[in-house]
Amino acid sequence: MSVVEHSASELLELLARGDASSVEITQAYLDRIATDDKQIGAFLHVDPDAALKQAADVDRRRKAGKQIGKLAGLPVAVKDVLCDSDTLTTCASQMLKSFRAPYNSTVVAKLKAADAVLIGRTNMDEFAMGGSTENSSFQLTRNPWDRDRVPGGSSGGAAACVAAGMAPLSVGTDTGGSIRQPAGLCGVVGMKPTYGRVSRFGLVAFASSLDQVGPLSRSTKDAALLLETLAGHDPQDATSLDTEVPRYTASIDQPLEGLRLGIVREHFAEGLDKEVEAAVREAIKVYESLGATVKEISLPHSKYAVATYYVIAPSEASSNLARYDGVHYGHRTDRAALLEELAAERKQLEAAGDQAALDALDSSLVRMYRKSRSEGFGSEVKRRIMLGAYALSAGYYDAYYLKALKVRRLIRQDFDAAFEEVDLIAGPVTAQPAFKIGEMADDPLAMYLVDLYTVSANLAGLPGISIPCGFSKSGLPIGLQLQARPLAEETLFRGARMFEQATDWHQRRPGADSRAKKH
Amino acid sequence: MAITRADVEKVSLLARLQLSETEIETLTVELGKIVAYVDQLSEVDTDGVAPMAHAVEVSNVFASDEVKTSLPREQALANAPSHNPRGYLVPPVLGG
Repeated sequence: MSVVEHSASELLELLARGDASSVEITQAYLDRIATDDKQIGAFLHVDPDAALKQAADVDRRRKAGKQIGKLAGLPVAVKDVLCDSDTLTTCASQMLKSFRAPYNSTVVAKLKAADAVLIGRTNMDEFAMGGSTENSSFQLTRNPWDRDRVPGGSSGGAAACVAAGMAPLSVGTDTGGSIRQPAGLCGVVGMKPTYGRVSRFGLVAFASSLDQVGPLSRSTKDAALLLETLAGHDPQDATSLDTEVPRYTASIDQPLEGLRLGIVREHFAEGLDKEVEAAVREAIKVYESLGATVKEISLPHSKYAVATYYVIAPSEASSNLARYDGVHYGHRTDRAALLEELAAERKQLEAAGDQAALDALDSSLVRMYRKSRSEGFGSEVKRRIMLGAYALSAGYYDAYYLKALKVRRLIRQDFDAAFEEVDLIAGPVTAQPAFKIGEMADDPLAMYLVDLYTVSANLAGLPGISIPCGFSKSGLPIGLQLQARPLAEETLFRGARMFEQATDWHQRRPGADSRAKKH
Repeated sequence: MAITRADVEKVSLLARLQLSETEIETLTVELGKIVAYVDQLSEVDTDGVAPMAHAVEVSNVFASDEVKTSLPREQALANAPSHNPRGYLVPPVLGG
């Protein structure tokens, strides 16, 4: 068995026993990246020499009997949205194409302290806005199961690299489903913790009240291992929760006795693909065979979740992305061309004697902001900034943003009531398996509706996980989503692990056929 | 409420974006559709419901009042597209 077929937990055992070195393991992943990533496009940046140097350093310290970290010698891929002062942090945007962060995000600092080998930076939708990774301004990422299809997004590279055996663990971010949805579409495990579980310090902000960092992996045990490394209070993030982090890996193998599993009536409405529905219903039967009681519940406000999300997330984004002004960092438009353009406009307006337009003409500073931002941002980012600026603008704030915040509370209250009766909620991650590249390119609203089953967890702040639960007839992975009450990650992992131990969906790999398929 | 071309032009200035003719046209249609979709929120009865700004409501998180070192000027300026040793450089603000 090749090294790259192992789970992270197995690799740590090999390392501990001395059966493999970190250099060997890292090299095996780098080899896989070298042969396969030209087709998949999961990574934006890989520095083999730096990775091998980190690996050699861990091997040396292990050999010398020195103290080593929890993930010592294990390769981990990081989404290109978490600041790392040793490399670029681009957010897959032209705006930040040469941005080098002056400090590490807490998550990257924790990975380094755990002696992980940071193997590469993964592709994503620009500024994490999107559900297919097609919004990356640098490259496409292809689904390892079918290279004509998207890997999901925005953490598409993070999911694809794990599915394709190019990294055993990867770190993603989830604002409306951006970990769980690509994990579902790529047939891997992806988990979004409770809001505030993992520090957002040094995470380039998209929607600050929704963003959360989480793990992607091949097994729930690996996800638990990575989360317990990353989670915890951070004084540098005022929203991070000051609560103890359980050792998830210590309890994960204990099945949940008397598990009460909730099935949401509204999840099985119109629009759900038949094959996805069948796989999810089959998964629920597996739980019943394991002794779980299944109870149908209702989340009456869940039908408003996407609308609520697409007011709140763009509003916060328009505010967060105001920082890209072409002054402090990021792209700036060419000065000479800018001044020339303004002079020409002024001349034209003067000739026409249009005093009103002359008075309204941008100053050179305002035009510099506008041109820099328009050149640096891609179309989806602009669309969301516009939507957010509109929703927050005078006269509309109450009707949109404030209204959405109130509906958000109702959505959360539905969950609170449901969790009085059940321990976990099970359902689909997406309504369809992975769609074709380009299929949704001309319909932003249809793309937003892909988030139907995932956005609620972000609005309510709940932890959620996507685990493999089947395949379509055409061989595309299908994910099962489990959700738990806030801070109940332990229950979530134990519940997910029960299913994983009873099935072998998570052991399937994209076949040699699809690996050999050329594009 | 329908979104007009004038709305898009006004918001593009607020958002400090410069949009091309094509972008203005496309965004007028697209934003119109999205806003029509989110308008369904108006049918929800939210009387007496307090807005929820954060998923886990923690309030009044204060940092201790200690003097700490901040990012050195050189590092803060390192990513700037245009700067001198003291600060950021911008196009003329007055009389421009």
